[in-house]
Amino acid sequence: MKTFTLKVLEKYSRDKTRLMDILIDIQSEFGFISRESIAQIAHELQMSEVDVEQTISFYHFFSMKPTGRYSIYLNNSAVANMMGRKEVAQALEKETGIKFGEVTADGLIGLYETSCIGMNDQEPAAIINNQIFTKLTPFRAKEIVRDIKEGKKVSQMFSASYGDGANRDDSVKSVVTNNIRKIGPILDPDYKVGGAIKKIITLSPEDVIHEIKNSNIRGRGGAGFPTGLKWEFCRNAPGARKYIFCNADEGEPGTFKDRVILTELPRLLFEGMVVAGYAVGAQEGILYIRYEYKYLQEYLEKILQAAREKNYLGKDIMGKKGFNFDIRIQFGAGAYVCGEESALIESAEGKRGEPRDRPPFPVEKGYLDMPTVVNNVETLCAVVKVILHGGEWYRSFGTAESTGTKLLSVSGDCRFPGVYEVAWGFSVNDILDMVGASEKNVQAVQVGGPSGSLIGPEEFSRILGYEDLATGGSLIIFDKTRDIISDVVLNFTEFFIEESCGSCSTCRILPSILKQKVEKILDARGVMQDIKDMEEWGKTLKASRCGLGQTAANPILTSIKNFRHLYEEKIQRSKDFDSGFDLSKAVQEACVATGRVPNI
Amino acid sequence: MNQIIRFTIDGTECMAAKGQYLVDAARENGIFIPTLCNYPGIKPKGSCRVCTVKVNGRLMTACTTPVAESMVIENLCPEIENLRKQIIELFFVEGNHFCPACEKSGQCELQALAYRYKIMAPRYPFAFPQREVDASNPKLIKDQNRCILCKRCIRGIHDEKGRTIFAYKRRSNRVEIGIDPKLGKELSDETAQKAMDICPVGALLVREKGFDIPIGERKYDKTPIGHDIEHHKIPTP
Repeated sequence: MKTFTLKVLEKYSRDKTRLMDILIDIQSEFGFISRESIAQIAHELQMSEVDVEQTISFYHFFSMKPTGRYSIYLNNSAVANMMGRKEVAQALEKETGIKFGEVTADGLIGLYETSCIGMNDQEPAAIINNQIFTKLTPFRAKEIVRDIKEGKKVSQMFSASYGDGANRDDSVKSVVTNNIRKIGPILDPDYKVGGAIKKIITLSPEDVIHEIKNSNIRGRGGAGFPTGLKWEFCRNAPGARKYIFCNADEGEPGTFKDRVILTELPRLLFEGMVVAGYAVGAQEGILYIRYEYKYLQEYLEKILQAAREKNYLGKDIMGKKGFNFDIRIQFGAGAYVCGEESALIESAEGKRGEPRDRPPFPVEKGYLDMPTVVNNVETLCAVVKVILHGGEWYRSFGTAESTGTKLLSVSGDCRFPGVYEVAWGFSVNDILDMVGASEKNVQAVQVGGPSGSLIGPEEFSRILGYEDLATGGSLIIFDKTRDIISDVVLNFTEFFIEESCGSCSTCRILPSILKQKVEKILDARGVMQDIKDMEEWGKTLKASRCGLGQTAANPILTSIKNFRHLYEEKIQRSKDFDSGFDLSKAVQEACVATGRVPNI
Repeated sequence: MNQIIRFTIDGTECMAAKGQYLVDAARENGIFIPTLCNYPGIKPKGSCRVCTVKVNGRLMTACTTPVAESMVIENLCPEIENLRKQIIELFFVEGNHFCPACEKSGQCELQALAYRYKIMAPRYPFAFPQREVDASNPKLIKDQNRCILCKRCIRGIHDEKGRTIFAYKRRSNRVEIGIDPKLGKELSDETAQKAMDICPVGALLVREKGFDIPIGERKYDKTPIGHDIEHHKIPTP
């Protein structure tokens, strides 16, 4: 263990900003990070042990206790539950003889829950030693446990053929499927790598930024900040070095379109990073990718290497003197909040993924305090097409305020879950028609994931776009058999509790209190005041630092707004107020002890 | 020479040096903005959210936001004051705060703010969490029941090599403060005292000491928190 740890530390030049990589390598090798390793890392990196531990204990996929030679992480998203996760979980517990959160006595298998792993269109799904298993059934769960006990390698445990497209690539070999249902300018398979690079090197960086601004493209991660403006700010910010980050930490439950781009169009994405690098004057790009997509690592590294060999990356790119740019891959380790750009930067620096206070913004002071652009996967793909065909062409798609196309990740109760590329301006009704969800069966649609809004049929004529329903692309459909409060609201609220970084008082404390209220209502103990309290208290989360905290009450607030009757049906109508105190229950124990009957 | 800029807080014209944090700029203009995680000389973090103000209509933390020319700041509007009261109440329900038995009573910023905001009982249900008192350190006692996770100790206490002695552990509502097993054992008396002084509540106590000042004579026993700022006479130029 000591020599391995030393080797890892040397591999990353004893650079403490690479702590994430160091910990990932050690965790992968031993299945946990021991006290001795922590002491060794701390000593070699001139850190305190408690400082190393604060990074480790932040991330879901790091552990200070052994997690089993086979660590099974079963997704617990709302859609996984809808698709039969509970039965799979029971089968896993039965076959292994342990509960979730435990490891078998022989150290063979560890069972864990995990937040949405980006497979909502093929749930229930699990990660076992970095490999993805999709469409699980109790039968498959039994098979998997049997295979593990027989000592099979994870790669020998697939029972179906590999998925479509590049999922079959020698360096991937995964059962994951792309489910691309509708293509557009971004997902167009006819893309030839290098065209945009050839074009930009004949232009000045300012002209490139001008063209991006001309396209009116806005960030595709959800916040919708104008991309051209972001690049311009970064270009103009003083700094010895500049960085381009691609945010591939898609953790919003129900999104998986970035996973499909990473699988099918990684060259397009990398070309977009090169374009961004040229425009802002950066020489280094970092693809920050969620740990759940570790199965794509070898494949992505292979493509980066090929790009270097073709001089799309490296020194004097495509013969342009002084145009140097390279990309490295940085994995996360299981934390939704790292999708927030400043938390992502903190994480890439080897720290806890806690969002930073702003100002300063990353474009002024980002990675290693240098001006940094953080763009979503889809945004970087779109800019390549803008460069190739022009901003004006791009504006011909979508609406005046929301130009271009959007990749949607559609899941839940519909016939064709998967990825759809549509022009902005589609109504929710259009989408339901497109994905094979009958309007009369649909009860609700979650637009933009848990941090977005839950809407009912009367709002299905609303359109997707920054001017109406802004979305990072997650659409989850719930039919009339679903219990909105228990299947959706409670699950999403638990998600926000688990994924809070814990730094802001509001986001650390309030969601748990709100969850108690939801449970109280589900338990038929609620009163009207509980609904009012949730509406009032939920607003306080707006005072949190980042988008996670600010939107953590959205599942509750938007469901109360649009499905108030569901709450009102479950409360005690005869009572306005509930003291929350049951006197006879409180004195029960004392009565038994003294042999007295309560005098109430 | 620092550039002087003008801005308003609740309609009052104020002046400050450009780039100063709002909390400090307000203080110099005789206006109190309550804080918990902020501490003089330590880089602000904006984690308690108590100093939230409205800057040009947007919620921002005054401890992390630099003042800029013509900023319009709302500090005492009912919305902001109610928000702060809620946040202070959240701290009380999150932990186990028994003021009468606490060594820091009268010196505690959380308690002082609760008085200032006239909190009789929090609106939220108490969590009554099971928390531990860690007495393993030779110099300090850490009472997690009282900790409000403001990070002052994390940000303010380092060893001579700049290594952190205190750090967060875990995330979500399971976060707690950890003391480094090695560096913590080598704490000097002076650093231990500094840690206790930096802590806004009674979560870090110097062992075998408790308190110096008797009840009735402590910092907030005589005047409420913020009084010194609000009643500070600004010298006329």
